[in-house]
Amino acid sequence: MTVLLAFDLLLAASIVGLAAATLLMRDAFAMIVAFIVFGMLLALGWARLVAPDVALAEVAIGAGLSGALLLRTLAHLRGGGLSAQGGASVSAPTNGATQGINALLAGLATCALGLAYLGAPQNVPGLEAHVTDAMPESGVTHPVTAVLLNFRAYDTLMEVVVLLAAVIVVWQVERGLAETPAPALGTVYQGFARVALPVAVIAGGYLLWIGAEAPGGAFQAGAVLGAVAVLGLLSRHVRPAPAHRPLARGTFVAGTAIFALVALGVSGAGRETFEYPPAHAKTLILLIEAMVTVSIAATLAALFHGREPVTVATGKETT
Amino acid sequence: MIALSQATIYGLAGLAVFGLGLMGVLGAAERLRRLIALNLCAAGAGMVLIAAAWRSPPAVPDPVPHALVITGIVVMVSATAVALALIRRLHSLETDTDD
Repeated sequence: MTVLLAFDLLLAASIVGLAAATLLMRDAFAMIVAFIVFGMLLALGWARLVAPDVALAEVAIGAGLSGALLLRTLAHLRGGGLSAQGGASVSAPTNGATQGINALLAGLATCALGLAYLGAPQNVPGLEAHVTDAMPESGVTHPVTAVLLNFRAYDTLMEVVVLLAAVIVVWQVERGLAETPAPALGTVYQGFARVALPVAVIAGGYLLWIGAEAPGGAFQAGAVLGAVAVLGLLSRHVRPAPAHRPLARGTFVAGTAIFALVALGVSGAGRETFEYPPAHAKTLILLIEAMVTVSIAATLAALFHGREPVTVATGKETT
Repeated sequence: MIALSQATIYGLAGLAVFGLGLMGVLGAAERLRRLIALNLCAAGAGMVLIAAAWRSPPAVPDPVPHALVITGIVVMVSATAVALALIRRLHSLETDTDD
Protein backbone atom coordinates (compact mmCIF):
# COMPACT_ATOMS: atom_id res chain seq x y z
CA MET A 1 0.00 0.00 0.00
CA THR A 2 2.79 2.41 0.93
CA VAL A 3 4.56 1.51 -2.31
CA LEU A 4 1.45 2.48 -4.30
CA LEU A 5 1.07 5.66 -2.24
CA ALA A 6 4.68 6.58 -2.99
CA PHE A 7 4.06 5.84 -6.69
CA ASP A 8 0.96 8.07 -6.68
CA LEU A 9 2.84 10.92 -5.02
CA LEU A 10 5.76 10.55 -7.44
CA LEU A 11 3.47 10.40 -10.48
CA ALA A 12 1.42 13.42 -9.34
CA ALA A 13 4.63 15.38 -8.73
CA SER A 14 5.95 14.37 -12.19
CA ILE A 15 2.70 15.49 -13.86
CA VAL A 16 2.86 18.91 -12.19
CA GLY A 17 6.60 19.17 -12.88
CA LEU A 18 6.15 18.36 -16.57
CA ALA A 19 3.33 20.92 -16.83
CA ALA A 20 5.70 23.55 -15.43
CA ALA A 21 8.55 22.34 -17.68
CA THR A 22 6.27 22.59 -20.73
CA LEU A 23 5.66 26.26 -20.02
CA LEU A 24 9.32 27.01 -19.19
CA MET A 25 11.04 25.21 -22.12
CA ARG A 26 12.72 27.81 -24.29
CA ASP A 27 12.74 25.78 -27.50
CA ALA A 28 9.27 25.29 -29.05
CA PHE A 29 10.10 21.72 -30.20
CA ALA A 30 11.17 20.72 -26.67
CA MET A 31 8.01 22.39 -25.34
CA ILE A 32 5.78 20.23 -27.56
CA VAL A 33 7.69 17.05 -26.68
CA ALA A 34 7.32 17.87 -22.96
CA PHE A 35 3.58 18.38 -23.54
CA ILE A 36 3.29 14.95 -25.19
CA VAL A 37 5.15 13.29 -22.30
CA PHE A 38 2.87 15.19 -19.91
CA GLY A 39 -0.16 13.67 -21.68
CA MET A 40 1.32 10.15 -21.36
CA LEU A 41 1.90 10.53 -17.61
CA LEU A 42 -1.54 12.11 -17.20
CA ALA A 43 -3.06 9.02 -18.83
CA LEU A 44 -1.11 6.85 -16.38
CA GLY A 45 -2.55 8.90 -13.52
CA TRP A 46 -6.05 8.42 -14.89
CA ALA A 47 -5.44 4.68 -15.09
CA ARG A 48 -4.51 4.82 -11.38
CA LEU A 49 -7.86 6.54 -10.73
CA VAL A 50 -9.67 3.58 -12.40
CA ALA A 51 -10.61 5.62 -15.49
CA PRO A 52 -9.20 3.46 -18.34
CA ASP A 53 -11.56 4.93 -20.98
CA VAL A 54 -10.37 8.45 -20.23
CA ALA A 55 -6.75 7.29 -20.12
CA LEU A 56 -7.12 5.71 -23.60
CA ALA A 57 -8.77 8.86 -24.98
CA GLU A 58 -6.08 11.10 -23.47
CA VAL A 59 -3.16 9.06 -24.75
CA ALA A 60 -4.65 8.73 -28.27
CA ILE A 61 -6.20 12.19 -28.70
CA GLY A 62 -4.87 14.51 -25.99
CA ALA A 63 -1.22 13.47 -26.24
CA GLY A 64 -0.96 11.71 -29.63
CA LEU A 65 -3.04 13.67 -32.12
CA SER A 66 -2.72 17.06 -30.36
CA GLY A 67 1.04 16.50 -30.36
CA ALA A 68 1.00 15.65 -34.08
CA LEU A 69 -1.06 18.77 -34.83
CA LEU A 70 1.32 20.96 -32.79
CA LEU A 71 4.45 19.50 -34.45
CA ARG A 72 2.94 19.92 -37.90
CA THR A 73 2.21 23.58 -37.19
CA LEU A 74 5.72 24.08 -35.80
CA ALA A 75 7.14 22.60 -39.02
CA HIS A 76 4.99 25.08 -40.98
CA LEU A 77 6.15 28.03 -38.85
CA ARG A 78 9.79 26.99 -39.30
CA GLY A 79 9.43 26.65 -43.05
CA GLY A 80 9.15 22.91 -43.52
CA GLY A 81 11.55 21.48 -40.91
CA LEU A 82 11.56 20.99 -37.18
CA SER A 83 15.26 21.50 -36.56
CA ALA A 84 15.59 25.16 -37.54
CA GLN A 85 15.62 27.65 -34.69
CA GLY A 86 13.40 30.71 -34.50
CA GLY A 87 10.16 31.15 -36.33
CA ALA A 88 8.16 31.19 -33.10
CA SER A 89 5.50 33.85 -33.41
CA VAL A 90 5.71 36.39 -30.61
CA SER A 91 2.87 38.74 -29.83
CA ALA A 92 3.29 42.11 -28.14
CA PRO A 93 5.26 41.68 -24.88
CA THR A 94 3.40 42.53 -21.71
CA ASN A 95 5.09 44.57 -19.00
CA GLY A 96 6.29 43.18 -15.68
CA ALA A 97 3.51 44.65 -13.53
CA THR A 98 0.79 43.09 -15.69
CA GLN A 99 2.62 39.75 -15.57
CA GLY A 100 2.85 39.93 -11.78
CA ILE A 101 -0.82 40.77 -11.34
CA ASN A 102 -1.80 37.98 -13.76
CA ALA A 103 0.28 35.42 -11.86
CA LEU A 104 -1.12 36.65 -8.53
CA LEU A 105 -4.74 36.42 -9.70
CA ALA A 106 -4.21 33.00 -11.31
CA GLY A 107 -2.60 31.81 -8.05
CA LEU A 108 -5.48 33.17 -5.96
CA ALA A 109 -8.08 31.55 -8.23
CA THR A 110 -6.23 28.22 -7.97
CA CYS A 111 -5.99 28.47 -4.16
CA ALA A 112 -9.73 29.21 -3.95
CA LEU A 113 -10.47 26.18 -6.12
CA GLY A 114 -8.15 24.09 -3.93
CA LEU A 115 -10.02 25.11 -0.78
CA ALA A 116 -13.33 24.33 -2.47
CA TYR A 117 -12.03 20.92 -3.63
CA LEU A 118 -10.70 19.97 -0.17
CA GLY A 119 -13.89 21.24 1.47
CA ALA A 120 -16.18 19.21 -0.80
CA PRO A 121 -17.28 15.82 0.55
CA GLN A 122 -15.07 13.06 -0.90
CA ASN A 123 -15.80 9.44 -1.63
CA VAL A 124 -19.58 9.90 -1.40
CA PRO A 125 -22.03 8.35 -3.90
CA GLY A 126 -22.59 10.43 -7.01
CA LEU A 127 -24.58 9.40 -10.06
CA GLU A 128 -23.18 5.85 -10.28
CA ALA A 129 -26.24 4.34 -8.49
CA HIS A 130 -28.57 5.82 -11.14
CA VAL A 131 -26.31 4.55 -13.92
CA THR A 132 -26.19 1.04 -12.40
CA ASP A 133 -30.00 1.00 -12.08
CA ALA A 134 -30.50 2.01 -15.72
CA MET A 135 -27.79 -0.28 -17.18
CA PRO A 136 -30.18 -3.14 -18.20
CA GLU A 137 -32.06 -0.72 -20.50
CA SER A 138 -28.94 0.75 -22.10
CA GLY A 139 -28.17 -2.11 -24.51
CA VAL A 140 -24.48 -2.26 -23.50
CA THR A 141 -22.73 -3.50 -20.36
CA HIS A 142 -19.94 -0.92 -20.05
CA PRO A 143 -21.13 2.07 -17.96
CA VAL A 144 -19.03 4.76 -19.70
CA THR A 145 -20.30 3.69 -23.15
CA ALA A 146 -23.86 3.63 -21.80
CA VAL A 147 -23.48 7.20 -20.52
CA LEU A 148 -21.81 8.45 -23.72
CA LEU A 149 -24.09 6.80 -26.29
CA ASN A 150 -27.36 6.42 -24.39
CA PHE A 151 -27.95 8.37 -21.18
CA ARG A 152 -26.14 11.52 -22.26
CA ALA A 153 -26.19 10.94 -26.01
CA TYR A 154 -27.17 14.54 -26.73
CA ASP A 155 -23.80 15.74 -25.34
CA THR A 156 -22.02 13.25 -27.56
CA LEU A 157 -23.95 14.35 -30.65
CA MET A 158 -22.93 17.94 -29.95
CA GLU A 159 -19.33 16.76 -29.50
CA VAL A 160 -19.37 15.24 -32.98
CA VAL A 161 -20.86 18.51 -34.28
CA VAL A 162 -17.95 20.41 -32.68
CA LEU A 163 -15.47 18.20 -34.58
CA LEU A 164 -17.39 18.82 -37.82
CA ALA A 165 -17.37 22.58 -37.15
CA ALA A 166 -13.60 22.44 -36.51
CA VAL A 167 -12.83 20.83 -39.87
CA ILE A 168 -15.08 23.33 -41.69
CA VAL A 169 -13.34 26.26 -39.98
CA VAL A 170 -9.85 24.85 -40.66
CA TRP A 171 -10.64 24.39 -44.37
CA GLN A 172 -11.97 27.97 -44.56
CA VAL A 173 -9.05 29.53 -42.67
CA GLU A 174 -6.42 27.66 -44.71
CA ARG A 175 -8.01 28.50 -48.06
CA GLY A 176 -5.39 29.97 -50.35
CA LEU A 177 -2.54 29.43 -47.88
CA ALA A 178 0.82 28.53 -49.42
CA GLU A 179 1.69 24.83 -49.23
CA THR A 180 4.62 23.84 -47.01
CA PRO A 181 6.14 20.55 -48.09
CA ALA A 182 5.91 17.89 -45.39
CA PRO A 183 9.32 16.66 -44.22
CA ALA A 184 10.64 13.75 -46.32
CA LEU A 185 10.66 10.47 -44.38
CA GLY A 186 13.31 7.82 -44.87
CA THR A 187 13.08 4.16 -45.81
CA VAL A 188 13.15 3.05 -42.15
CA TYR A 189 9.93 4.93 -41.62
CA GLN A 190 8.35 3.37 -44.73
CA GLY A 191 9.12 -0.10 -43.36
CA PHE A 192 7.73 0.86 -39.97
CA ALA A 193 4.52 2.15 -41.58
CA ARG A 194 4.04 -1.11 -43.52
CA VAL A 195 4.19 -3.10 -40.27
CA ALA A 196 2.40 -0.64 -37.98
CA LEU A 197 -0.54 0.36 -40.16
CA PRO A 198 -2.33 -3.03 -40.39
CA VAL A 199 -1.81 -3.63 -36.66
CA ALA A 200 -3.23 -0.19 -35.85
CA VAL A 201 -6.28 -0.79 -38.06
CA ILE A 202 -7.01 -4.05 -36.22
CA ALA A 203 -6.46 -2.33 -32.85
CA GLY A 204 -8.92 0.41 -33.84
CA GLY A 205 -11.59 -2.08 -34.90
CA TYR A 206 -11.10 -4.05 -31.68
CA LEU A 207 -11.45 -0.90 -29.55
CA LEU A 208 -14.71 -0.05 -31.33
CA TRP A 209 -16.19 -3.53 -30.84
CA ILE A 210 -15.04 -4.04 -27.24
CA GLY A 211 -16.44 -0.63 -26.20
CA ALA A 212 -19.86 -2.21 -25.56
CA GLU A 213 -18.56 -4.26 -22.63
CA ALA A 214 -15.08 -2.99 -21.66
CA PRO A 215 -13.00 0.22 -21.88
CA GLY A 216 -12.85 1.41 -25.47
CA GLY A 217 -15.40 2.86 -27.86
CA ALA A 218 -15.94 5.21 -30.76
CA PHE A 219 -13.62 8.05 -29.73
CA GLN A 220 -10.64 5.89 -28.87
CA ALA A 221 -11.13 3.78 -32.01
CA GLY A 222 -11.59 6.91 -34.13
CA ALA A 223 -8.38 8.37 -32.74
CA VAL A 224 -6.40 5.18 -33.49
CA LEU A 225 -7.77 5.04 -37.05
CA GLY A 226 -7.11 8.79 -37.38
CA ALA A 227 -3.50 8.10 -36.39
CA VAL A 228 -3.38 5.42 -39.13
CA ALA A 229 -4.50 8.06 -41.64
CA VAL A 230 -1.87 10.51 -40.31
CA LEU A 231 0.84 7.83 -40.76
CA GLY A 232 -0.50 7.26 -44.26
CA LEU A 233 -0.27 10.97 -45.03
CA LEU A 234 3.28 11.19 -43.68
CA SER A 235 4.46 8.15 -45.62
CA ARG A 236 2.71 9.45 -48.78
CA HIS A 237 0.63 6.29 -49.03
CA VAL A 238 -2.36 8.63 -48.89
CA ARG A 239 -2.20 11.64 -51.21
CA PRO A 240 -5.24 13.89 -50.84
CA ALA A 241 -6.38 15.11 -54.25
CA PRO A 242 -9.17 17.51 -55.23
CA ALA A 243 -11.16 14.50 -56.48
CA HIS A 244 -11.32 13.17 -52.89
CA ARG A 245 -13.21 16.18 -51.61
CA PRO A 246 -16.80 14.90 -52.09
CA LEU A 247 -15.88 11.61 -50.37
CA ALA A 248 -14.12 13.46 -47.54
CA ARG A 249 -17.06 15.81 -47.00
CA GLY A 250 -19.47 12.86 -46.94
CA THR A 251 -17.31 11.07 -44.37
CA PHE A 252 -17.07 14.15 -42.13
CA VAL A 253 -20.86 14.50 -42.08
CA ALA A 254 -21.74 10.77 -41.91
CA GLY A 255 -21.26 10.36 -38.14
CA THR A 256 -23.35 13.40 -37.22
CA ALA A 257 -26.00 12.54 -39.83
CA ILE A 258 -26.48 8.89 -38.76
CA PHE A 259 -26.42 9.86 -35.08
CA ALA A 260 -29.10 12.53 -35.58
CA LEU A 261 -31.21 10.29 -37.86
CA VAL A 262 -31.22 7.42 -35.34
CA ALA A 263 -32.00 9.85 -32.50
CA LEU A 264 -34.97 11.28 -34.41
CA GLY A 265 -35.98 7.92 -35.89
CA VAL A 266 -36.55 6.25 -32.50
CA SER A 267 -38.76 9.11 -31.30
CA GLY A 268 -42.52 8.99 -31.69
CA ALA A 269 -45.05 6.42 -30.36
CA GLY A 270 -44.48 7.53 -26.78
CA ARG A 271 -40.69 7.58 -27.06
CA GLU A 272 -38.51 10.66 -26.73
CA THR A 273 -35.58 11.53 -28.95
CA PHE A 274 -32.53 9.34 -28.09
CA GLU A 275 -34.78 6.85 -26.24
CA TYR A 276 -33.65 3.69 -28.07
CA PRO A 277 -35.97 0.66 -27.80
CA PRO A 278 -34.10 -1.66 -25.37
CA ALA A 279 -34.41 -4.65 -27.75
CA HIS A 280 -32.51 -2.84 -30.53
CA ALA A 281 -30.35 -0.57 -28.36
CA LYS A 282 -27.09 -2.49 -28.88
CA THR A 283 -27.51 -2.62 -32.68
CA LEU A 284 -28.35 1.08 -32.85
CA ILE A 285 -25.45 2.04 -30.54
CA LEU A 286 -22.98 -0.03 -32.58
CA LEU A 287 -24.29 1.49 -35.83
CA ILE A 288 -23.86 5.01 -34.43
CA GLU A 289 -20.43 4.15 -33.00
CA ALA A 290 -19.17 2.65 -36.25
CA MET A 291 -20.23 5.70 -38.31
CA VAL A 292 -18.92 8.13 -35.68
CA THR A 293 -15.59 6.24 -35.59
CA VAL A 294 -15.12 6.58 -39.35
CA SER A 295 -16.11 10.26 -39.20
CA ILE A 296 -13.75 11.00 -36.31
CA ALA A 297 -10.87 9.22 -38.03
CA ALA A 298 -11.40 11.16 -41.29
CA THR A 299 -11.92 14.45 -39.43
CA LEU A 300 -8.79 14.09 -37.28
CA ALA A 301 -6.71 13.22 -40.34
CA ALA A 302 -8.13 16.25 -42.19
CA LEU A 303 -7.34 18.47 -39.20
CA PHE A 304 -3.75 17.18 -39.33
CA HIS A 305 -3.46 17.69 -43.09
CA GLY A 306 -4.93 21.15 -42.60
CA ARG A 307 -5.46 22.56 -46.03
CA GLU A 308 -8.30 21.44 -48.27
CA PRO A 309 -6.80 19.63 -51.28
CA VAL A 310 -7.09 22.04 -54.22
CA THR A 311 -5.74 22.23 -57.72
CA VAL A 312 -2.93 24.79 -57.73
CA ALA A 313 -2.14 27.04 -60.68
CA THR A 314 0.52 24.71 -62.09
CA GLY A 315 -2.08 21.98 -62.49
CA LYS A 316 -0.20 19.61 -60.17
CA GLU A 317 -2.10 17.93 -57.39
CA THR A 318 -1.25 18.97 -53.87
CA THR A 319 -0.15 16.50 -51.27
CA MET B 1 -5.94 16.34 8.76
CA ILE B 2 -6.86 15.44 5.19
CA ALA B 3 -6.81 11.78 4.31
CA LEU B 4 -4.12 11.23 1.65
CA SER B 5 -6.31 9.27 -0.77
CA GLN B 6 -5.75 9.02 -4.52
CA ALA B 7 -8.58 11.52 -4.99
CA THR B 8 -6.73 14.08 -2.85
CA ILE B 9 -3.32 13.50 -4.45
CA TYR B 10 -4.47 13.67 -8.09
CA GLY B 11 -7.14 16.30 -7.39
CA LEU B 12 -4.59 18.71 -5.94
CA ALA B 13 -2.12 17.87 -8.73
CA GLY B 14 -4.90 18.64 -11.25
CA LEU B 15 -5.53 21.98 -9.58
CA ALA B 16 -1.80 22.78 -9.73
CA VAL B 17 -1.74 21.93 -13.46
CA PHE B 18 -4.83 24.09 -13.98
CA GLY B 19 -3.20 27.00 -12.14
CA LEU B 20 0.04 26.66 -14.15
CA GLY B 21 -1.98 26.57 -17.36
CA LEU B 22 -3.95 29.66 -16.31
CA MET B 23 -0.70 31.56 -15.67
CA GLY B 24 0.62 30.41 -19.03
CA VAL B 25 -2.52 31.51 -20.89
CA LEU B 26 -2.30 34.96 -19.32
CA GLY B 27 1.46 35.39 -19.41
CA ALA B 28 3.03 33.47 -22.33
CA ALA B 29 4.31 35.62 -25.19
CA GLU B 30 4.34 33.04 -27.99
CA ARG B 31 1.06 31.88 -29.48
CA LEU B 32 1.99 28.17 -29.50
CA ARG B 33 2.96 28.33 -25.83
CA ARG B 34 -0.29 30.08 -24.96
CA LEU B 35 -2.27 27.38 -26.79
CA ILE B 36 -0.39 24.61 -24.96
CA ALA B 37 -1.09 26.42 -21.69
CA LEU B 38 -4.80 26.35 -22.54
CA ASN B 39 -4.49 22.59 -23.16
CA LEU B 40 -2.86 22.25 -19.72
CA CYS B 41 -5.84 24.12 -18.21
CA ALA B 42 -8.22 21.62 -19.81
CA ALA B 43 -6.10 18.65 -18.66
CA GLY B 44 -6.05 20.01 -15.09
CA ALA B 45 -9.82 20.44 -15.06
CA GLY B 46 -10.17 16.87 -16.33
CA MET B 47 -7.86 15.59 -13.58
CA VAL B 48 -10.00 17.27 -10.90
CA LEU B 49 -13.19 15.76 -12.38
CA ILE B 50 -11.72 12.25 -12.61
CA ALA B 51 -10.27 12.51 -9.10
CA ALA B 52 -13.69 13.55 -7.77
CA ALA B 53 -15.27 10.55 -9.53
CA TRP B 54 -12.85 8.12 -7.81
CA ARG B 55 -14.28 5.88 -5.08
CA SER B 56 -12.15 3.85 -2.69
CA PRO B 57 -12.11 0.21 -3.90
CA PRO B 58 -13.99 -2.06 -4.15
CA ALA B 59 -16.57 0.62 -5.13
CA VAL B 60 -16.47 1.51 -8.83
CA PRO B 61 -15.94 5.15 -9.95
CA ASP B 62 -18.78 7.37 -11.16
CA PRO B 63 -18.93 6.91 -14.99
CA VAL B 64 -20.68 10.24 -15.70
CA PRO B 65 -17.61 12.48 -15.11
CA HIS B 66 -15.56 9.99 -17.16
CA ALA B 67 -17.90 10.50 -20.14
CA LEU B 68 -17.75 14.28 -19.60
CA VAL B 69 -13.94 14.28 -19.64
CA ILE B 70 -13.81 12.16 -22.84
CA THR B 71 -16.13 14.75 -24.43
CA GLY B 72 -13.86 17.49 -23.09
CA ILE B 73 -10.74 15.89 -24.62
CA VAL B 74 -12.37 15.70 -28.07
CA VAL B 75 -13.67 19.29 -27.85
CA MET B 76 -10.20 20.47 -26.80
CA VAL B 77 -8.47 18.81 -29.77
CA SER B 78 -11.04 20.48 -32.08
CA ALA B 79 -10.36 23.88 -30.49
CA THR B 80 -6.60 23.25 -30.72
CA ALA B 81 -6.85 22.40 -34.43
CA VAL B 82 -8.80 25.61 -35.15
CA ALA B 83 -6.37 27.70 -33.09
CA LEU B 84 -3.39 26.13 -34.93
CA ALA B 85 -4.99 26.93 -38.31
CA LEU B 86 -5.37 30.56 -37.18
CA ILE B 87 -1.74 30.61 -35.97
CA ARG B 88 -0.51 29.28 -39.35
CA ARG B 89 -2.62 31.84 -41.20
CA LEU B 90 -1.43 34.74 -39.00
CA HIS B 91 2.17 33.60 -39.45
CA SER B 92 1.89 33.55 -43.24
CA LEU B 93 0.20 36.98 -43.22
CA GLU B 94 3.00 38.40 -41.05
CA THR B 95 5.82 36.93 -43.12
CA ASP B 96 4.16 38.33 -46.27
CA THR B 97 4.14 41.88 -44.88
CA ASP B 98 7.61 41.60 -43.33
CA ASP B 99 9.33 40.72 -46.61
